[in-house]
This record gives sequence, C-alpha cells and structure tokens, in this order.
Amino acid sequence: MTTMGLTKKFLSGVLLLCALGTSVHASTGGPAWDKAPDRINDLGALQNGAKLFVNYCLNCHSAAFMRYTRLTDLGLTQEQIKSNLLLTDAKIGDTMKASIDPKQAKAWFGNTPPDLTVIARSRAGANGTGADYLYTYMRTFYRDDTKATGWNNLVFPNVAMPHVLWELQGDRRAVFEEVEVHGQKVHEFKGFEQITPGTLTPAQYDNAVADLVNYLQWMAEPVQTSRKAVGLWVLGFLALLMGLTWKLNKAYWKDVR
Amino acid sequence: MAEFHEISPNASAGAKTLNWIDNRFPLSALFKAHMSEYYAPKNFNVWYVFGVLSLLVLVIQIVTGIFLVMHYKPDAALAFGSVEYIMRDVPWGWMIRYMHSTGASAFFAVVYLHMFRGLMYGSYRKPRELVWLFGCGIFLALMAEAFMGYLLPWGQMSYWGAQVIVNLFSAIPFIGPDLALLIRGDFVVGDATLNRFFSFHVIAVPLVLLGLVVAHIIALHEVGSNNPDGVEIKATKDAKGLPLDGIPFHPYYSVHDIFAVSVFLFVFTAIVFFAPEMGGYFLEYNNFIPADPFQTPLHIAPVWYFTPFYSLLRAVTTELMYVLMACVVLAAVVALLKGRMPALFKAIIGGGAVVVLAMMLSIDAKFWGVVAMGGGVVILFFLPWLDNSPVKSIRYRPSWHKYFYAVFVVDFFILGYLGTLPPTPLFSRIAQVGTLFYFGFFLLMPWWSRIGTFKPVPGRVTYTAH
Repeated sequence: MTTMGLTKKFLSGVLLLCALGTSVHASTGGPAWDKAPDRINDLGALQNGAKLFVNYCLNCHSAAFMRYTRLTDLGLTQEQIKSNLLLTDAKIGDTMKASIDPKQAKAWFGNTPPDLTVIARSRAGANGTGADYLYTYMRTFYRDDTKATGWNNLVFPNVAMPHVLWELQGDRRAVFEEVEVHGQKVHEFKGFEQITPGTLTPAQYDNAVADLVNYLQWMAEPVQTSRKAVGLWVLGFLALLMGLTWKLNKAYWKDVR
Repeated sequence: MAEFHEISPNASAGAKTLNWIDNRFPLSALFKAHMSEYYAPKNFNVWYVFGVLSLLVLVIQIVTGIFLVMHYKPDAALAFGSVEYIMRDVPWGWMIRYMHSTGASAFFAVVYLHMFRGLMYGSYRKPRELVWLFGCGIFLALMAEAFMGYLLPWGQMSYWGAQVIVNLFSAIPFIGPDLALLIRGDFVVGDATLNRFFSFHVIAVPLVLLGLVVAHIIALHEVGSNNPDGVEIKATKDAKGLPLDGIPFHPYYSVHDIFAVSVFLFVFTAIVFFAPEMGGYFLEYNNFIPADPFQTPLHIAPVWYFTPFYSLLRAVTTELMYVLMACVVLAAVVALLKGRMPALFKAIIGGGAVVVLAMMLSIDAKFWGVVAMGGGVVILFFLPWLDNSPVKSIRYRPSWHKYFYAVFVVDFFILGYLGTLPPTPLFSRIAQVGTLFYFGFFLLMPWWSRIGTFKPVPGRVTYTAH
C-alpha cells in the first residue's frame, strides 16, 4: 500500500467518524421535539414575535444582553420601538430587563426565571435546535392541579413556570395511559384534551408560538443573517485567492524536476 | 561579527537602506538562512503544510485574542455578559470571537495532523529528537492554554469542566488537595480561579508557547526537514555543497504554503461564518447558560480535542487496575527472564515492580486515571527512543505496520468519540480496550517496530515533477 493509499484510508476514516459524530447528542433521549418553522428571515414574523416577547415573557424574564435599539435590525424605527415595544421605563439604549424583581420572582416560583437572551442557543441538543425545543415547550403545557402553579409541561416536567400564554391557547389537560414497559408501569402520553377554548385557534396558536421562538432564535444571535451574507463575500474572495495562489504555485514548480 | 560593508553611492535607495540595516542587524543573513537559502527536500506532500498552518492559527489566536481582551472582563459577575457584549455591541466583535473560538479547534486539528505526519515519516528520529521534544512541549502548552481559555466565557461547561479537571489534581496522594487549592485559589472554582486562568491564558502560557515555537523552528532549521521517504538530503550534495534533492524554501515552499493557507482559510471562514458552533462541538450548547455553582449539568464533557485523553482518564477503573497490575507483573517477568543485564539491574526491576504494584493496590483508581491521562500525553515525548524501526518512513516499513498505524488512528478517534458521550457499561469497556491499545502501541513499540520485512530505502528521494 502506498502512502497515498494510506492517506485516503485515513481520510475516509475521518469522514466516517464525522458521520458518526453527527449522532453524538442523539443518545440523551427525552420526548421528541416538534420542528419549529424557520422564519428567521421573515421580518414580519420576527416583529410579531418581538411583540409577544415583550408582552408575555419580559414580565418575569430578562434579556439582559439584548438592547431595545437592536430591534431596528427587524425593520422597526426607534419611534416604533419606543411606542410599541418599550413597556417599562427603560431607555431605548438599555438592555431588556424584567419588570419583576428577581428576588420576588424567586420567592414566587422557587427559581429565578432564567435570562432569555441566548436561551435558544443553550437549549439546542439531543432532539433538534433550541427553537425546536422552545416551540415544543411552549405548546405542551397542560393543567396539573398537583403542581403549585397549576401547570405542568411535557418536555420540561415539573417546570416552575406557569403557562403564560394560556389565555391564547385555552385550558388543556393531558391524557396519560398506564402501560407496562419491561414489567414496570409507566404513564404514556396519549394526547391533549381541550377543556376551555383559547382566544386563538390551535393553528393560530402554533403560528404565534412559531413567531415567538423565531424571535428568540434571532435574539440569541442578532448577527446571524448578516454573518452569512458577509461569509459569502469572504468565501468568494478566498476562492479567487485559492485560484491565484494555485497558479502561482504551479508557475514556480513547473521547472522543478 | 560581520565587517562593516560600504555600498556604492550610486546604489538605489532600497539597496542603501538594506545595506544600512544589514550593517546593524543580520536581516539579509537571517532571510537567507531561514528562507531563500534554507534547503528543504523537494518531495514534500500535502502532510507538510500543517506546520505552517499551526503557525498561522497561532497568529490568528494572538491577534484576535488581543482584540477580545479589550472588551472581555475577567470577573465572575461580568465575564459571561462581557462575552455577549462582544458578540452584540462591539462592532465586528462576533467575528473576532468566532475566529478565536474556531481557532482553538482549528489549532488542535492542524497540530494533530502535524504530529501524525511526524509519526508516519519518523520525523522525530535522530537527529530531530529535539525538534520533536519542543513540539511535544508546544502540544502540552497548547492544552494548558485551551483548558484555561475555556473557563473565560464563564458558561456552565466552562465552570464545570474546570471544576472536574482541577478536582483531578486532588487525587494525587499527599499534595493533591493543596495543589488543587493552589490552582483554584479557592475551595471551589470562582472569581479567583477566573482571574488566574485569565492571567495564564493571556500572558504566561502564550509566552511559553512563543518561546517553544521559536525553539522548534530553530532546531528544525539546524537539522533540516525530514521528508516522506525518510532520506537525508544532506547525504547527497552537488559541487557547491548544496543538497541535490533540496530546493530553496523561498520561493518554492513559500508559494506552496500560501496556497495551503488560502485553502485552510477557506475552510476556516466557512466554519466561522456558517457554522461557528459546529453542531455543539466547537461551542457547546450548555456554555450559553451562565455558570451556576449550584447546578451541576447532567453530562460534563470537555471540548472534542481533549476527549481522547478524557477517555483514558475515565477508562481506569478499579477493574481495569487489576488488568494493569497483571501487565506490570508480565512486563517484570519478561524483563527478568529475557533481559540480558547485570543482576543488580534485575534486582532494581524486580523491586521497582513490587513497589509499583503496592502503590497500584493502595492508591485509588481515580489517581491512576489521572496518571493515564497525563501519561497519554507525556508518552509522546519518548517516541524518538521508543521507535526501533530500521527505517524512518512508513513507506519502507512492512505493510502490517501501516495497518497498525491505521488501527491506532481509529483507536484515537474512538477514544475521542467516546469521550464526548456519557459513560455506559459497553462504552466504558470499549474505552478500556482502546486505552490498553493506546499504551500498548507506544510501550511495546521498541519491540514491534523492529519486526517484519523492511523495504530497501532509496539513496535519493522519490519525486515526480508536477
């Protein structure tokens, strides 16, 4: 076997391992996550998500690294932000701080509500992107009177957060069936049952949550779209450079015997 | 000391300037010695680009690091936020940060490939032992640099990764707990730890790295590069005393390397701009959660470049200790029966084996895991004296040696992959077999590297014009 053959074998091994590597997080399990619709380039959806965010999330959660002014990236003017999205006494150059006092929040919920600036990036993993997780999470709350808040969640069992969007989605309960797995009785989730209707239809609700999680995904890295646009130019330049340097290399080496 | 050299008053301004400098600093002499009259073998293949790429990544890390330090705050209360500030509010800060975080992974990728090249072509063999030793020192310093740098974003993985690794030091008998305390500067990883890691990351270790890189290159240019045939080009010289198979580094290899650099940068920027998290391998998802000393993550895994060694650490369990003890006994018996040496040496070996066995029995497996992890790196330093093969290059070794190297590579990847996963009984067993193979590969090398039918090494390098 020549060294080239060995090199090829080595490289194919590397590729194989890369392929294996893509399943690296797949073994951590948990319930499957629904795929969140991708609206990261849809400014209208992101604006709607921002509206839902400041109205429903920002009461308890902060986005302490996100400045209100950055919302101009979503096609909003400073005036629009001030009059529609700035609901506290913060200045437009400030970061998004929760209205609630963190100490009070801890007393009420048992936990300080986590900062949401980069929540979408942190929740990626086993079953999909962070947006997928949040999309599933916000759509799997159900009534559970055994919990202090009266709510429980499928992907985050015993979550301390109540169902903040319940008015939109309405009251639901989860139906579990007792089944035997490996001789042990476990509760298997069978579906949701609507108790009272929400102000939105289920389709409208999913749509609203999709806008919200896309906003969270955007907020986790506001530069993500422009980063790719810059990247294309850089790659284009480097492709040219590769061509030129290859020519240069060829020109010098053509006489080497 | 060079003579003062006068230049004609009619010479060009450039020539006059150069002459002025050369009379005061050996600029031309250095350029000739290391570039235009440094003769490198002309048969380098693609494996020979990773040295210059390592140097490039070092420069990227230093330059981006300088800009990051302008906005980063080494304070447990501010660190996480300052990184997000860089990502959002500092113009182009995101790009600098992604270049630095991708650069860390890229550094290990090119260094691993660079080291494997040395392994394949016997680049560490006489007279290049010091080149290799300086290189291993660089690898060690790089690991320290990466480990301490990873604490700085102050996310959950930063915090708990540091906690786990520093705690390992406390497994060392007698001095362990105090040593761990000294490293942390506190009883848990905290603000004091962050500050000293920052200091080491931006000042101490980079200084050591730079010094070692200079030593690595000076030693290399003193002995000259090896090549894929493992032939010494200095053995065949022309009438002027220049190696026949050599070619001036500049311009031939500088144009070569510029092309390699542009290919590397293409891949590098593709990651920086399109996949900076690299699916959680370069930036772990958990590290976007601020460090919380009261909440241990379910699964703590180091970044991919440490995972092969992390696997060695986890593989050493009480169970494996018995296997290792059996290995020690076997090695001692073979040495005593087969070795031709004075009785005194045999007594020392026998006594040493008994002492080692007693220590293996009395000290916790956790400590031996730490020894295995450290040993996995340190053993590389000894490679020049472990390899007894009569030829340098893998090209002229018996075919089964090639397969053996291939198995070693696969083993290294498997250990690396398992190191990213939570342990299960099956995975632990595989990692243990992999660990035994890893150490067997090196420790038995003095024996297996001599065995087989070696091919004749040509007098000159093999080169086909392209």
